[in-house]
This record gives sequence, C-alpha cells and structure tokens, in this order.
Amino acid sequence: MTLDQTIAGLTATPIAGPQPILSATGLQKRYGKVVALDNADFDLMPGEILAVIGDNGAGKTSLIKALCGAMIPDAGVIKLDGSPVHFKSPMEARLAGIETVYQNLALSPALSIADNMFLGREMRKSGPLGNIFRLLDRSTMNRLAREKLSELGLLTIQNINQSVETLSGGQRQGVAVARAAAFGSKVVIMDEPTAALGVKESRRVLELMLDVKRRGLPIVLISHNMPHVFEVADRIHIHRLGKRIAVIRPQDYSMSDAVAIMTGALAPPGQVEAAQ
Amino acid sequence: MSDDATGSVTAEKGLVGAAQSVASFDEDAPGPIRRIQSFLHSYPTAIPFIVLIVAIVVFSIAAGSKFFAPFNLSLVLQQVTIIGVLGMAQTLIILTAGIDLSVGAIMILSSIVMGRLSVVAGVPVEISFVLGICTGILCGLINGLLVALVKLPPFIVTLGTWSIYGAMVIFISQSETIRSQDIAAIAPMLQWMGARVALGGGAILTIGSMVMILIAVSLWYILNRTAFGRHIYATGDDPEAARLAGINTTWTLIGVYTLAGFICALASWVLIGRVGAVSPLGSQTANLDSITAVVIGGTSLFGGRGSIVGTLLGALIVGMFRNGLALAGVDVLWQEFAVGALIIIAVTTDQWIRKISA
Repeated sequence: MTLDQTIAGLTATPIAGPQPILSATGLQKRYGKVVALDNADFDLMPGEILAVIGDNGAGKTSLIKALCGAMIPDAGVIKLDGSPVHFKSPMEARLAGIETVYQNLALSPALSIADNMFLGREMRKSGPLGNIFRLLDRSTMNRLAREKLSELGLLTIQNINQSVETLSGGQRQGVAVARAAAFGSKVVIMDEPTAALGVKESRRVLELMLDVKRRGLPIVLISHNMPHVFEVADRIHIHRLGKRIAVIRPQDYSMSDAVAIMTGALAPPGQVEAAQ
Repeated sequence: MSDDATGSVTAEKGLVGAAQSVASFDEDAPGPIRRIQSFLHSYPTAIPFIVLIVAIVVFSIAAGSKFFAPFNLSLVLQQVTIIGVLGMAQTLIILTAGIDLSVGAIMILSSIVMGRLSVVAGVPVEISFVLGICTGILCGLINGLLVALVKLPPFIVTLGTWSIYGAMVIFISQSETIRSQDIAAIAPMLQWMGARVALGGGAILTIGSMVMILIAVSLWYILNRTAFGRHIYATGDDPEAARLAGINTTWTLIGVYTLAGFICALASWVLIGRVGAVSPLGSQTANLDSITAVVIGGTSLFGGRGSIVGTLLGALIVGMFRNGLALAGVDVLWQEFAVGALIIIAVTTDQWIRKISA
C-alpha cells in the first residue's frame, strides 16, 4: 500500500454530503457515425473538486459541453440539485448557476478588468437613468469587482480599470476565475486552466481553485496535467470511449495508474466508486 | 515506484515554497520609449490631440493670422462637419472590426429621398424628412443583416450595397439636382442645418456643427456608459470571447450597422444644410474621407479599440491640413500627399501601440 501514501496528505477529505449537486445519467451524443457520448454518467458532489481526465477523443469535451449548455445531448438526464434541467445554451446554464471558465478565457483584451467581470451582465443604475438612458452603474460594478478579486487574493492587480491585455497570463486566468466564482452560485467548470501557463502561474491558479473550493463552490476541472489533477482533486472521473469507466480517489492510485486506466492499459477498478 | 513518488512530493514542496514570491510581478524599470508606448496605450486619443495642437501651431506660424483667426477656424469646423458625422458612423462599424464603404451612398440616398419627395413629389416636408431618415436606417439594417446573419465579410457587403444604394440614387433622382432655391421655397426645413449663428470675433457656427457635437456626445455616452457600447468593443475585440461571455454578438452587429445608417441619414440633413441643393453626386470621396478621419483619430482597423473623440479630432486634423496648406500657398497635390502620409503614420503608430500586449 505504498501507493496510498505516495500522494496522501495533498488532498482534503473527500466525499461528504448526501446528494450530488450536478449529475448526469445515460448521456448519449452522436455526430454522424461517431459516438461522442455512449451512456456517460457524471456526478459532482457539493464542495469537491472533481477532475475529469481522458485521452483525446474520449468524449470529455462533449461531456462538459453537455453540462455547461454548449451542446444538447441526444439522450440522457442532467440533474442540478436533484431536479432535471435541459440547457439549450450556455446562457441558460449560467442563469442556473453553472459558470464555465473556458480555455480561451472568454475575456475581451481591450476592455478593463471590471468591464470584463461584468461582460454580458452589466448592472444599470436604478431609476430612469438606468431604465431609459441605460446608464451603467460603474461605481457598484467597480466595487464588486474589487471585492471579488480581493476575496481571492488577486488584488496585486493594482487598477481595476486597466485593460486585461496588460495582465500576465496568470492574472488573466485569475480574472476569469474570479468572474466565475462571483457569479457561479452552484458549480464552476474549468477547462484546462493551467495549460497555457508557466510553472509559477499554474501554482497560483491551483491555489485559486482551492480558495474557490474553500468558499463552498464545487469545481469540475478538466485537465491533462496529472500532477495538477492529483494535487487539487478530491475525486478523479476517468473518461474513456465516450463513457465514465472509473472514479478514483487520488490517494488510492498513482498518476501512472490513472493514465493506464485512461488509455486502457490497465483494467478499471472492479466497480465504479459511485458517489453516495 | 515509491522513490519516484517521494521525489515528486519533494518537488511539489519545493514549488509550494517558491509560490510565495510569485504573486508579485517584477517589472523591469521601463525605458522612456516603453513609457510613451504604455501612456499612448492607456490614452490612445492623445496622439490625434497632440497632432492637432502641433498642426495649429505650425500653420499659425506658416500661414500667419489668416489661419489662426476665429473666422477661419470656424470655417474649418464647418468644412469637416459632414465628414465628422459620417466618420462617427464609420467609427462604430470599425470598432466591431468591420468597414462600411456605403456610408456616403446612404447619406446621398437619404438626401435624395428627402429632397425628391418634398420638392418634386409634393409630399409634406415633415413626412419626406422622416422617410429619408427611415431610408438611412433601412440601408444600415440591410448591411447589418448581411454581415451578422448571412455572415458575409463587411467589406464585401458594403462594397455591394455601395453600388446598390448608388443605383437607387440615380433611379430616384433621375440624375437631376434639386436647386437650392426650390428647396428654400418648398421645403426650407431641409436647410435648417445650414443656419448660422455668429459668435464673437467673426466666428460662425452652423446648426450642423452643433448637431455634430451633439451626436458625438450621444455616441460617447452610448459607447462608454451603456452595456451596448461595451458590447460593441467586446464584439470587435474578440467575437468568440464576447459570445462565450454571454453577449449576443449577432444583435450587437445588427444594432451597430443600423445605428450607423441612422447617423448617415442625419449626415444627409447636415449635407443639404451645407450645400443647399440636393445632388446625386459626391459619395465616392465621402466614404474614403470618413475612413481617413477614423484612422487618423487612432481607431484600430482590427476592432475593439478607438473612440468617437478621436474621430472628431481626426476629421479636424484633415480639415486643418487642407485649410492650412492652402492658406500657406501649397499646391493641392501636396495636401493630398500630407493626408496620405498622416494615414500611414497613424496606422503604423496603432500597430506599435498594440504590441504592448505581446
């Protein structure tokens, strides 16, 4: 059982709480003859970081797209907080409390940090100034943006009105995460948040994720980076050939075992360690 | 195996230690050029502003009191009014990373509709005016639908509609000019924009110039103080990111082209006021002049960056150069040369400023 000790201590206590906050059963999606999702299941428990790993083409992108509303599955049920949901667009998923940090971040480089945090959901002044003249409530948005960034320890960013393109890659990621954490009431999905970053900045983003988790928001982390996955994840969902073939705890397996299961070199553990 | 693992644990610990010094981003002391670059990046309107001031100083010295006189300066303002208004419509489009070659044609078409209906067809001038404005809005809407829904490149769409609207101009006008006296007699309302207000010292301001300022203030407000304005910048900056952030980029584009059509229609009113007559000619240079004003005003042709104030300054710079060089006795060909050089310098500067993010 040396394997158990290898990575022990790096992760928090797993799996608590009775019901998954976000779950999917029997998801199907075909593109012509290509089966992207083949009866895929998914469970995210409250307050956990769930990593989703899988080889290229395993269907994890399709799974995530179905969860965040970017794609409509052919069959299957998605439940948020126990009740079925049918997202037709990313906007609907967002309104339901699922925020996604896309790999390209979906930030507008020439706009300011505050503008970006409220992009697409700007706040207007109350009264006729807001209703008739559509006047933005800049002071409130700036204040909230500053609050959210300081909550996540990101106020090394000096000026909330500086444009995003003047920030480093890690700082930009920070703004995108802060935006998701600020508006995501139920779930935050992060697609390859460290893929484009250097070692130091990746570290900062991993700390950010743990911060967000500490504040009670569960995170779905899609990543190819095994050390990062094993460092922050409470559970690891392994996707292969369009379906979930295993859910493991990082302290029970080594990274190479996880990769072996993912690629089919190692048989998945006897039964899926279902969330309960 | 376990050795490997222990190794990775210590590596991780090492990283945790290193993380503390990471959050601060050490900056090399920036050199003077770098500082200018970053200043211009934060305040892009500074360049046209400085160029304008320099132009005024240089021409005041070169052309003497003929140039720096209230009358002459207010004349420049009158001369740039039409290009200023069209340039503002063009600014909205270019901010979305588009281009509108049909602004001049829309302006002429609107003016023809107003003039033709009221003077030739005998429709009450108020109704003719409203129909003329609606013509501009409709033309803009058509451009917007083709760009946003059919997803054609704006250059191609407006190259096509430029010809189409131009053909409509000839069809409706029968290639006839409506004389200024006839308009003054039958539909004087169309010439309101030409009414003059004398200021002190020989300076004369037209209503059209004031309307230009009013449009500028309104557009500044829309771009900087409303969500729609922010969405225009975001759509031009990175349409995919804007869409993922929840912006309806399709409606934003349609809205921008339609608003631009409306402003072109207002420009037609200003045009009738300035010229007096309604003529089917003259849209060719208006298109390119409006783009010139936008570019010299520091708005990026790649979208997402620029301002209304910059465009007004750009239009004024072109007007000052033409006027100042003429007063200094320089041949017209060198005026054109100077404007061309300004365009190239402006775009080069824009490229340089944009590099700051790289």
